[in-house]
Amino acid sequence: MTEQGTAGTGQTDRTGQAGHDVGPAGRPPRSTRPRRGPSRTRHRVYTTIGVVGELLITFGVLLFAFLAWQLWWTDVEGNRAQAEIVRELDRQEVPDPTPSATSSGPVVAEPRRDEPPVLDEPPHATTFATIQVPRWVGEPERPVSQGVDRATVLDVLGVGHYPGTAMPGGVGNFALAGHRTTYAKPFNRVEELQVGDPVVVRTADTWYVYRVTSTQVVLPSQVDVIAPVPGDPGATPTERLITLTTCHPMFSARERFIVHGTLDYWAPVADGTPAELLGGA
Amino acid sequence: MYGWLWRHLPGPALVRAALLVVAAFAVLAVCFLWVFPAVAPFMPFNETTVGE
Repeated sequence: MTEQGTAGTGQTDRTGQAGHDVGPAGRPPRSTRPRRGPSRTRHRVYTTIGVVGELLITFGVLLFAFLAWQLWWTDVEGNRAQAEIVRELDRQEVPDPTPSATSSGPVVAEPRRDEPPVLDEPPHATTFATIQVPRWVGEPERPVSQGVDRATVLDVLGVGHYPGTAMPGGVGNFALAGHRTTYAKPFNRVEELQVGDPVVVRTADTWYVYRVTSTQVVLPSQVDVIAPVPGDPGATPTERLITLTTCHPMFSARERFIVHGTLDYWAPVADGTPAELLGGA
Repeated sequence: MYGWLWRHLPGPALVRAALLVVAAFAVLAVCFLWVFPAVAPFMPFNETTVGE
């Protein structure tokens, strides 16, 4: 905007113009301005409007940056962190195939349907298991940790276990929560699940293979889906259930997508790998 | 604002442009690492948990 004044002074200012960028040398043209009072206030107004406009544009760009962070970067960071958690878990290793075996493939764990071992609930934010869903091809093994608050569990550790609900294999309802979108979105593909699909939970030394029995969409207030007997909070449980809860529809928290399942069988990790994870069954 | 910044950066135009790119990247990095994680819990669409 000062260029207007410089151009008006003509020939003599040519030299001053070259130094205009440097600062102090740009003064000569400025000294001509006090002669035009109203144009000076106008200049100030335009400068202010310009700065406000630039601030608004900057804010808009930062909003897009926030979207990118929320929808993409939290997944990048979350996937990296959760993979690291699973890698660091102190747990029994799946046995390697014995060289003498006729087939060189991995050892398939023999399903057991007697009383399974059940862990005690660990302290808050402790990772005690992992979950794998063969239907979600390409999805990594996710850590399962105690607690369902966002700051210390869901946003940073992946899948959370509702405190007070059953532990894996226990009679009652092993209820889990996970993000549908953002923060590595462990339950992003929950809608692909079909009745009969296996959901495999692994603790330090035990596999628990659940089978999906139903899926439903409920309101966030319908918390009895995680009751020991879903929908009947006072009843005494007899079944060993699993319940996955996550947001629905995607990118919204208006409703909840609920998956119920029952325990099919369990197996010690030392016995091998469940057939469900090997492409069988 | 940006005009002022441009006038006060040293060096030829190419150096100034490079400086601005570096500065923009730094601002973005600060946002991604500290600012956005701090403001995210206050976003209305992030209220997902009911008092269960």
